[in-house]
Amino acid sequence: MVAYLIRRLLATIGLLFVVSVITFSIFFLVPKWAGATPDSMATRYVGRTATADVVHQTAVRLGFTDPFYVQYADWAKGLVAGRDFDMGTSIEHCPAPCLGYSFITAQPVLPDLLDRFTVTFSLAIGAAVIWVTAGISIGVLSALKRGSLVDRFSMVIALAGVSMPIFWTGLIALSFFSYRWGITAVGGAYTPFTQNPALWAWDLMLPWVTLALLFSAQYARLTRAGMLETMNEDYIRTARAKGLRERTVVTKHGLRGALTPLLTIFGLDFGLLIGGAVLTESAFGLNGLGKYAVDGIRANDLPKILGVTLFAALFVVIANLIVDLLYAVVDPRVRTK
Amino acid sequence: MTLTSEEQQPAPANGGGRFLDVRDLKVHFPTDDGLVKSVDGLSFHVERGRTLGIVGESGSGKSVTSLSVMGLHKRGAAKISGEILVDGQDVVASSDEEVRRMRGKRMAMIFQDPLSAMHPYYTVGDQIIEAYRIHNDVSKKKARTHAIEMLDRVGIPEPDRRVDAYPHQYSGGMRQRAMIAMALSCDPDLLIADEPTTALDVTVQAQILDLIRDLQREFNSAVIIITHDLGVVAELADDILVMYAGRSVEYGTAEQIFNEPEHPYTWGLLGSMPRFDRERSTRLLPIQGSPPSLINVPEGCPFHPRCRFEQNTRGLAKRERPELVDTGRGHFVACHMSQAQRQQIWRDEIKPKL
Repeated sequence: MVAYLIRRLLATIGLLFVVSVITFSIFFLVPKWAGATPDSMATRYVGRTATADVVHQTAVRLGFTDPFYVQYADWAKGLVAGRDFDMGTSIEHCPAPCLGYSFITAQPVLPDLLDRFTVTFSLAIGAAVIWVTAGISIGVLSALKRGSLVDRFSMVIALAGVSMPIFWTGLIALSFFSYRWGITAVGGAYTPFTQNPALWAWDLMLPWVTLALLFSAQYARLTRAGMLETMNEDYIRTARAKGLRERTVVTKHGLRGALTPLLTIFGLDFGLLIGGAVLTESAFGLNGLGKYAVDGIRANDLPKILGVTLFAALFVVIANLIVDLLYAVVDPRVRTK
Repeated sequence: MTLTSEEQQPAPANGGGRFLDVRDLKVHFPTDDGLVKSVDGLSFHVERGRTLGIVGESGSGKSVTSLSVMGLHKRGAAKISGEILVDGQDVVASSDEEVRRMRGKRMAMIFQDPLSAMHPYYTVGDQIIEAYRIHNDVSKKKARTHAIEMLDRVGIPEPDRRVDAYPHQYSGGMRQRAMIAMALSCDPDLLIADEPTTALDVTVQAQILDLIRDLQREFNSAVIIITHDLGVVAELADDILVMYAGRSVEYGTAEQIFNEPEHPYTWGLLGSMPRFDRERSTRLLPIQGSPPSLINVPEGCPFHPRCRFEQNTRGLAKRERPELVDTGRGHFVACHMSQAQRQQIWRDEIKPKL
């Protein structure tokens, strides 16, 4: 077990290394191939009226004049051991794990990132609770009443849910609940959980439901398919032959088998969502990781982009690790001897 | 019409009441391709302490019959008529809830493949405990003790440790033993074993059959054993029902079926059985052709397209379905040939070749 965890940890480090190298390469090598010089790249981060001298100083300060591998090594060193930054007027120490300072705002990236993370996590966790509950119940119901009106109706709704883009459903929801009926804060709002949990939930309700609509539709379809399959298994017949109530047969024997594959998909979805629910965050004006990434990309702000990318990768890996460990709990057949 | 009246059926050997009495059972499945007549007018009965073997090829309706007795067919999917009296209570006419209460307690079932028939996510012990607690209001701890006792009874070594193992950690034979322990946990009056040894090693098969026989004696239950293996039936059964295309073609005591079979299909089954006491070079005598589609059962005698003696009936077998008739001493045969003719063919043609 310990050996397994160490192996997974090493794999994670390797993965993060590859992800950061690729991000770095795209940022530096692609412009270079297109003919950009260190100075021309630095012009983005100084005022319009800056002299060539100032531009060159900025290029040196941001490290653009160093070779690619030196820049990467500097950045990586900051992540592991911390790093000093020349801010022009003073030297700032950035302790490990240091993700650097924004090229634009000269603010350290990590505190911002953690701040944004709480918003995205709040969004993801609430939505996940809703979509898992709704998706699985609708899926089970559809499977048990297969071919009935309930089944057809919910599957049509599910198809619509999957098909509707979130920026559309989000805006529609906002226009009714927020602007027209004034039930929720105008244009969306966010209150930190630590400040007021009730308001936190109330403000996030609309984004939660919107995001959950998309996912619950997908989970309902998956649950339905899984249930239809497991309810035909021999062990379900055995459970009935024992004289179990149909409700016990469905929940204890049927659902248990049908839910295992869903766990894998849930791990992936949740991990990806933490990396940024860009569309939902944009639609509801939530300052989450997705929006942070988009802002970083728009401004060519490498430390921000790198920070979000690493964070997202890390969460996908962690979510998958948790799923793999849970799998051993759920399915005794995958447990090691 | 098949038998419905009491007098037409073999008299119970021990004179006791019929624990299971199936009368004119029909199980039809409407499908897009047509009506599948899986079981079409079947009657039989079993007493406590007796074993009935139901034999026939795949698709002859054996398993469908057993699932009907357990009340495990979906109400909508299957059209069931006739009577299935379990200790006087009709499974066909009872409500779902009434039948559910009977399952496991009045009648229990052992399935063919114990690996797929046990839930992979629960321990063997949990599955036996669950079965026991449905019909017995006891604590988990008591039920666990009972489960360990049952595992011990069916010959699982170290039952107090094995009770916490999962089905995949058992060997094939042990799984079937555990399955039997589960089925017997509520001391059922009727035990149905649907091909209990088919998925097992030959060496384990005999042990499982011995176990079923011992347990039957101990619990004095009625047993139905469903199989396509005449060897299994020879080992266990007191009475034998030979099924073909959803109907009974021959029904009698094991001695009658093995020593003086009268139906050409039974002859075919006996001829298909490998024998140790014959020369290696002797070829088996398979039944030609394959079982009929249950949607388009041949007119007349359903066996006539495959029957070597069909011409003896002068065309009658093509037109008319033979009745299952008592030839005396509770031996029933559904064949158009006269009894004298059948006995002669058996004596002169079939028996010497077997």
